[in-house]
Amino acid sequence: MSSNRNLEPSSLSLNDLPWQIKYNNNRCTLCGQCTAVCPVKAIELKVFQKRTIKASIKKDAVPSNQYDSFYAIQQRTDVENACIGCAMCTMACPNDAIAPVKNPGLDRMKFHINQQGVPRRRGGRRNASGSILDRIKFTRISMLTDPALDAGRHEFEMRTLLGRVLSPRENMKRLREKGWIPPVRQIYPLIIGGMSFGALSPNMWEGLQMGVAYLNEEMGMPVRMCTGEGGCPPRLLRSRFLKYVILQVASGYFGWDEIIHAIPHMKEDPCAIEIKYGQGAKPGDGGLLMWHKVNKLIAAIRGVPQGVSLPSPPTHQTQYSIEESVAKMILSMSMAWGFRVPVYPKISASSTSLAVLNNLTRNDYASGLAIDGEDGGTGAAYSVSMDHMGHPIASCIRDNYLNLTKIGKQNEIPIFAGGGIGKNGNIAANAASLIMLGASGVQIGKYLMQAAAGCVGTEEDRCNVCNLGICPKGITSQDPRLYRRLDPENVAQRIVDLFVSFDTELKKIVAPLGRSTSLPIGMSDALGIDDHAIAKRLNINYVV
Amino acid sequence: MCRLFALTSKDPVSPMLAIKALDVMKEGHDGSGMGLLLQDLGGPFEEMKEAPILSGIFSEEGIRRLDLFMMDKGFLTKYKISLKIPKKPVEGIPRRGLYLIRAYELPEDWDNLDQEEIGNRLSDIRFKIREMGEEKKDMIVFSFWPDTIMIKEIGDPLLLGDYLGLDRKELNARIIMAQGRQNTNYAINLYACHPFFIKGYCTMTNGENTAFIPIRDFLTSRQIPAYSGYQSDSEVFAHILHYSMEELGMGIDAYKHVITPLQEEDLKQHPDAQFLSHLKRTCRPLIIDGPNCVIGTLPDHSLFMAQDRKKLRPGVVGGKPGIYGFSSEICGLDAVIPDRDQSQDIQPMHLDTVIVSPDRLEVKICRQTETLNLPL
Ligand code: SF4
Ligand code: SF4
Repeated sequence: MSSNRNLEPSSLSLNDLPWQIKYNNNRCTLCGQCTAVCPVKAIELKVFQKRTIKASIKKDAVPSNQYDSFYAIQQRTDVENACIGCAMCTMACPNDAIAPVKNPGLDRMKFHINQQGVPRRRGGRRNASGSILDRIKFTRISMLTDPALDAGRHEFEMRTLLGRVLSPRENMKRLREKGWIPPVRQIYPLIIGGMSFGALSPNMWEGLQMGVAYLNEEMGMPVRMCTGEGGCPPRLLRSRFLKYVILQVASGYFGWDEIIHAIPHMKEDPCAIEIKYGQGAKPGDGGLLMWHKVNKLIAAIRGVPQGVSLPSPPTHQTQYSIEESVAKMILSMSMAWGFRVPVYPKISASSTSLAVLNNLTRNDYASGLAIDGEDGGTGAAYSVSMDHMGHPIASCIRDNYLNLTKIGKQNEIPIFAGGGIGKNGNIAANAASLIMLGASGVQIGKYLMQAAAGCVGTEEDRCNVCNLGICPKGITSQDPRLYRRLDPENVAQRIVDLFVSFDTELKKIVAPLGRSTSLPIGMSDALGIDDHAIAKRLNINYVV
Repeated sequence: MCRLFALTSKDPVSPMLAIKALDVMKEGHDGSGMGLLLQDLGGPFEEMKEAPILSGIFSEEGIRRLDLFMMDKGFLTKYKISLKIPKKPVEGIPRRGLYLIRAYELPEDWDNLDQEEIGNRLSDIRFKIREMGEEKKDMIVFSFWPDTIMIKEIGDPLLLGDYLGLDRKELNARIIMAQGRQNTNYAINLYACHPFFIKGYCTMTNGENTAFIPIRDFLTSRQIPAYSGYQSDSEVFAHILHYSMEELGMGIDAYKHVITPLQEEDLKQHPDAQFLSHLKRTCRPLIIDGPNCVIGTLPDHSLFMAQDRKKLRPGVVGGKPGIYGFSSEICGLDAVIPDRDQSQDIQPMHLDTVIVSPDRLEVKICRQTETLNLPL
């Protein structure tokens, strides 16, 4: 660039980018693997010129110049090609010649990532590494009258209930009178939260399904997985594996034509139906599958034309209010499966969650409530929603649980917590904290993608291009060239690793607290935190 | 770990017998306190099975307030025992007022009430007195129920027995429960001492109840006024017993299915699998995690022992027709019923509830895998 060249407002220097490429020309063999693998074309092979001046110390020698040209990798600075830090180049490079480095200064690109008036959209996460859940400790260790249990030896029953549980008296009455008793499933408390077929690649979905089936049938762990909004592959709908699946219906009703038509052919009932009203990552905003990802298969399953963006409205358009939604949708869904399948709503955590819960308590058909906190992930959302909207999960779960306790229904409507569980890798500790705060179980998504499929996203705004169909790991892409990088068998294996190790860690947490025969839901006396205000807010111990 | 001893006998016996058993098990408790329950009373109380008996500790001012209160409610004293304490203080036993055991005539206007209503009213009165006592620190009330006496105090059991003169002849019963405390919390609140009593049901436990908070939250939200207190994590055992038998109408054979339900595999094999899985699910917050040995009595004067799911506490039942003992240790049994057939002693395991019914003829073992008496 010449020093007097015109500059655009959005002309950026390397220094303005969030990620900078560290490149070692001495080790590079110009194989081109990095440029080929880069999902955003952030790097390219360039010809550079080098001038060497030769000056001699001899008195009458004439200095000379030597010009060499050489090839090297250059990082592009335009907004759409800014490096996302995914480090696929590093992974591909056989010579360790290249790696992205996070810009420690202010990332000025943020001010320009709205070209053509389109604000930034992304997939992934909130990019906030702080976590209250990580700060909670389990302080009530059985030491005196009580020998701590042995996580390796004693029997454990770490299961939870999904479904409307009646009060003991009412249940007894209905048993006596042979009345209707709502369906209840006994499941594993770590649930794979809704990630749609469409948001996820077919290989990722297949891997998930295989992993879940293995856990259920070989390991005896009743792990359940939610479909997200996007329907369910027809063969799965008609298979016995459907019982491991929670079908999600959301405001776009994508895929439900297929599901409804498959009901008469179903060999098994699904585990449950989740009605999605909200999502923690983008509360009050609808789902979105961008056109890049709507290929033939996705279009067929969802019952839509190919290559168009698929937004779901923020609300269920056919209803006026959540009360009505609760009453009507839950009832219709229950009816569709002859009242044999639990139906529950999923909402984003909010200061109004309590109102929803109160509505549910009066509706016998409501089987639970899933609450998704601000740290929840998504396949696509506006950055502003992800970064600034929503409610932390811990206090929301606590408020809702304590409210149920007040009215004596804490065992009747299970609350499931989602959003940011294990976001810094501490999945069992985070899950156990939420359970002891009152959750009946937790839903995970991002953790699973990271652990089971190698998603490179982190809370440092790394990658997060899940919305664009260019997922470098093939997890959230519909491009066969990308998703063939992901072997479903390997994903399945990692799912099993994840759940089995989680189970061990969960036992390592509850055993020293003297718990093993039932999930310690609401055992808040076990929890402590080193912040007085938080302890007070969550009604747990303050420990320093 | 606290030591427990309970006795059920055809003929009334002195509570000193149970205290003797606690004394031989002294290695296991630190003599920091004793709780005593007498039921199915003999002696003068034999003639007044319907009369509610108030047991507690009162200061002089407390007695005055109690009398006014009870008179106002229409209760007349029918019979009383005041335990006279020696003038000379005994080390380790606090000086308090009067240890009162007083039987009342029911108010006339209660004549037409049914048993349940009478029970509720008696329980309300006990709470009222407790409340009044806590306010002015002049009354402590342990029980107010027909055919039931309760005494709790800090100190070594044997010394306490002498101190309170528990060997007096008016004081004898066919059911005696006694606990020797192992102190785990220094400021001892007598309301936190075993046994715990609720409307004819009484339990004592040793060990720690790690699932206390969710259980307490569940019980207090049942809208049953008597489900309160909970100074001790063991009080809930008595209330769960009451809940499962009175509120859910089940028998003692189901109690263990509430506190330590079968795990899924065993449950599936059970002849009452369907009922039990409903019970397990609806009573999930009442599941205890031990380690606990629970000894309890029922309104019909059956005595039982149940263990936690892993059987992490000792417990043994033995005796001979006419008298049976339930003890933390065998030496306790040996001290009280030395002439029994030891080979018949039973140490209940993780699935067992051991029951001696009021006929005191045999020890019945009720195993969790057996068919239940369903309240359906
Ligand atoms: S880190 Fe990722 S985006 Fe950045 S240059 Fe490497 S491959 Fe491209
Ligand atoms: S690796 Fe794929 S799933 Fe993970 S953040 Fe990147 S695009 Fe999203």
